[in-house]
Amino acid sequence: MEWETVIGLEIHTQLATRSKIFSGAATAYGAEPNTQACAVDLGLPGVLPVLNKEAISMGVKFGLALDAEIGMTSVFDRKNYFYPDLPKGYQTTQMDFPIVGKGSLIIELEDGTTKVIGVTRAHLEEDAGKSLHEDFHGMTGIDLNRAGTPLLEIVSEPDMRSAKEAVAYMRKMHSLVRYIGISDGNMQEGSFRCDANVSVRPKGQKEFGTRAELKNINSFRFVERAINIEVERQIDLLEAGGTVVQETRLYDADKDETRSMRSKEEANDYRYFPDPDLLPIKITSEFVEQIRETLPELPDAKKARFIESFALKAEDVATIISSRETADYFEIVADKCGDAKLAANWVIGELSGYLNKEDTDIIASPVTAEMLALLLTRIKDDTISGKIAKQVFEALWNGEGENADAIIESKGLKQITDTGAIEAIVDEIIAANPEQVEQFKAGKEKVLGFFVGQCMKASKGKANPGQLNQLIRDKLK
Amino acid sequence: MHSKTIAELAEGLKIGDFSSEELTKSFLQRIKQYDAELNSFITVSEDHALAQARAADELIAKGASSVLTGIPLAQKDIFCTNGIKTTCGSKMLDNFIAPYDATVIHHFNQAGAVMLGKTNMDEFAMGSSNETSFYGSVKNPWDTTTVPGGSSGGSAAAVAARLAPAATGTDTGGSIRQPAALCGLTGLKPTYGRISRYGMIAFASSLDQAGTFTQTAEDSALMLNVMSGFDEKDSTSVDKDVPDYTANLSQPLNGLKIGLPKEYFGEGLNADVAKVVEEAVAEYKKMGAEIVDISLPNSHLSVPAYYVIAPAECSSNLSRFDGVRFGYRCEDPKDLEDMYKRSRGEGFGEEVKRRIMIGAYVLSAGYYDAYYLKAQKIRRLISDDFKAAFEKVDVIMGPTSPEVAFKAGEKSDDPVSMYLSDIYTIATNLAGLPGMSVPCGFSNKMPVGLQIIGNYFDESRLLNIAHQYQQTTGWHKQMPEGYK
Repeated sequence: MEWETVIGLEIHTQLATRSKIFSGAATAYGAEPNTQACAVDLGLPGVLPVLNKEAISMGVKFGLALDAEIGMTSVFDRKNYFYPDLPKGYQTTQMDFPIVGKGSLIIELEDGTTKVIGVTRAHLEEDAGKSLHEDFHGMTGIDLNRAGTPLLEIVSEPDMRSAKEAVAYMRKMHSLVRYIGISDGNMQEGSFRCDANVSVRPKGQKEFGTRAELKNINSFRFVERAINIEVERQIDLLEAGGTVVQETRLYDADKDETRSMRSKEEANDYRYFPDPDLLPIKITSEFVEQIRETLPELPDAKKARFIESFALKAEDVATIISSRETADYFEIVADKCGDAKLAANWVIGELSGYLNKEDTDIIASPVTAEMLALLLTRIKDDTISGKIAKQVFEALWNGEGENADAIIESKGLKQITDTGAIEAIVDEIIAANPEQVEQFKAGKEKVLGFFVGQCMKASKGKANPGQLNQLIRDKLK
Repeated sequence: MHSKTIAELAEGLKIGDFSSEELTKSFLQRIKQYDAELNSFITVSEDHALAQARAADELIAKGASSVLTGIPLAQKDIFCTNGIKTTCGSKMLDNFIAPYDATVIHHFNQAGAVMLGKTNMDEFAMGSSNETSFYGSVKNPWDTTTVPGGSSGGSAAAVAARLAPAATGTDTGGSIRQPAALCGLTGLKPTYGRISRYGMIAFASSLDQAGTFTQTAEDSALMLNVMSGFDEKDSTSVDKDVPDYTANLSQPLNGLKIGLPKEYFGEGLNADVAKVVEEAVAEYKKMGAEIVDISLPNSHLSVPAYYVIAPAECSSNLSRFDGVRFGYRCEDPKDLEDMYKRSRGEGFGEEVKRRIMIGAYVLSAGYYDAYYLKAQKIRRLISDDFKAAFEKVDVIMGPTSPEVAFKAGEKSDDPVSMYLSDIYTIATNLAGLPGMSVPCGFSNKMPVGLQIIGNYFDESRLLNIAHQYQQTTGWHKQMPEGYK
């Protein structure tokens, strides 16, 4: 039988507010346990939540970026369950009236086609703390630094039909939340993670199959693998005459398998009800318009503009606009050096290579956009060759000079364009290699490369390659 | 000294008749003398009180004092006090010392008031007789075989016996007004949102409101002046100017329209109590008020709606008492579930557990619409009843409690009859309206309270109406024998 996969994602993205969603404690990552948890985060008796307005602004901003419905009245509810790292015994979240309603996201597939994925809703909620099971000798430690950190949970429609589509959706969403500056999207630190609802059904069947929920996946690679493994498991099960049970499963990356956490029967009754400590949030259309003003150019619009005004290849643009910082960087370089193609090649090539190798973010790149622009300008005006430029780039990366000009100067890398000087080198090389001269004259064109290489070597790479080529040809005739 | 009102004590302090330290010592002495029997305090903070009193005396000497500077007060043990144990009447919090002050406490500290100690209460403010406290029941000074009412029974008994000139309370369904009535005191529950709930341990968040137990309406006004106001730490507190609540006390009552809801004078009301309340209403008529018969047709639904909403909220509010971070934890838990079950099972008393179970039930999947949602709709109907009434009248009057103080143990085994003690007070909490109870006579030598309900933020008018009554009658000056 042919099977069809159905996937819906719930993405949790941590909002980049300075303080928590209902308290003044800081949200910075990596502090000593329980040093960023105040009385409200600890759920001490008598304390009350106070909503961080920044979280509302960010929620609205996300809604506008998706062109989704904005919840002009949104309500916080309590989701009640007991867990040691859930201090109040309930999580404050949004149930019936989320900050963001229906919207959609267009994803691009590998074959270049696009697909619209429905977004059901996005709601604000608080994160829980962390339970630590190591180092406590049979006991459990609780770290509440993360408790109360604001999250935006983005729920998709079950519109994805393969793990690849799910990854494309997740990547696009990841890029979007970073573009609009509501999240740092740091997946290692858990700032961007997802739950995947996965089911299969015979191709052509209308009804959905029974789904399993894969919890807390925090990398693009794992999402793809977890879904594929789960799909395989469900198909094997069904083909062997079994049934899929509705349950929550965990993906174990080490064992590369999913395993059951709890079934529907064991699921909590969360006893949701509106949080009486927080009044409903009413948003005015003026407020929405103010937020709209702060929206940057979004990825799709930027992509269209780059293709249009820079005449670049679609796949190069896709790479460049994958993050707002990269796009901004590229745009500065392209504008200043006046050659978008060259700028794109260097940003995607040399720069990305160094960033990857050194695991550095583009914002922290030691070679700034201005520095790269000047370097490329020096290629364009024939001060250096592309090959020398790579040396200069390395020197810039290593902080050996404040800009390309300084490095070219101090290292004496300026290209030799003086015909007399190049001629002298060419004469010398020709005189030293009579055998190759003969070969050339006998019609062996390939030998030309040998002469260019030798001359370039003799000039320490500084000879202008175009001039050099021409001179050698002339002299060998 | 001990029988004086706050206003009189403030005058005495100002002109130097006595110091705050002397005053504080005299109340501490009375607590030592009488409280072994009454059990109105859980914690007496003697050293803290004397230090505050000495600081107050310095402020007074410098001329930097305000009305409440140096006045000893008792605080219900539901308000968190930095460094001094806050139990909420529960074994669960027997070891709990908050690292912060409730906003109410903060305001009193800023005003230079002295805290004598923390008063006894029904566990987590759940009860109408002060018999559910982990720290034992409180006795009514008017007759120690009877209850003082609840849940703020400790505060009521302490002020009735003049172990403190005034005290704070909280009122979720009548927990200030009912004990004020049963102990012959002036009790005020302001509009929901008038006073910050920050640091006040939550029972039912949408209903809880702090208020006062005093000898006079004037004293209530003085305390309300200090306690009221918007608090950025409480999103449900209302950002509305705080007037001087003493400013309108002396206004004459000519033309005041008083509504008497027929539902508050029907079946279930003790005939003697009805008579005393009617006499009080007649007194107002003499003072120039107009009496209008009105109806609050959904009154009979207030107790059932309340006993869905309040338990629902409490079941969630009390989830934080799980033995993980503070409070009671059982001995040697086997595993996590055992720790939860035994810590909560052993730490909470019967009435609290009953309400948590009711609350969890009415919120559970499949029952939510039938109970919680329906109760919320009734709540709206009840608010609408009041809204319609206030289009015709300025205030509403009736009995605070259907009967005078009942015998200890009389209703302990019958929760429903206990719940009916608050039949006249619960509706105001559901609507969020302000209400008072004012002493208006006696039945079988026990005090009777007249309830006055006002429109939203109309506390000034309520205090004015109560004050005028207290200018022509002397019920509020009566004190229980044996504590004079």
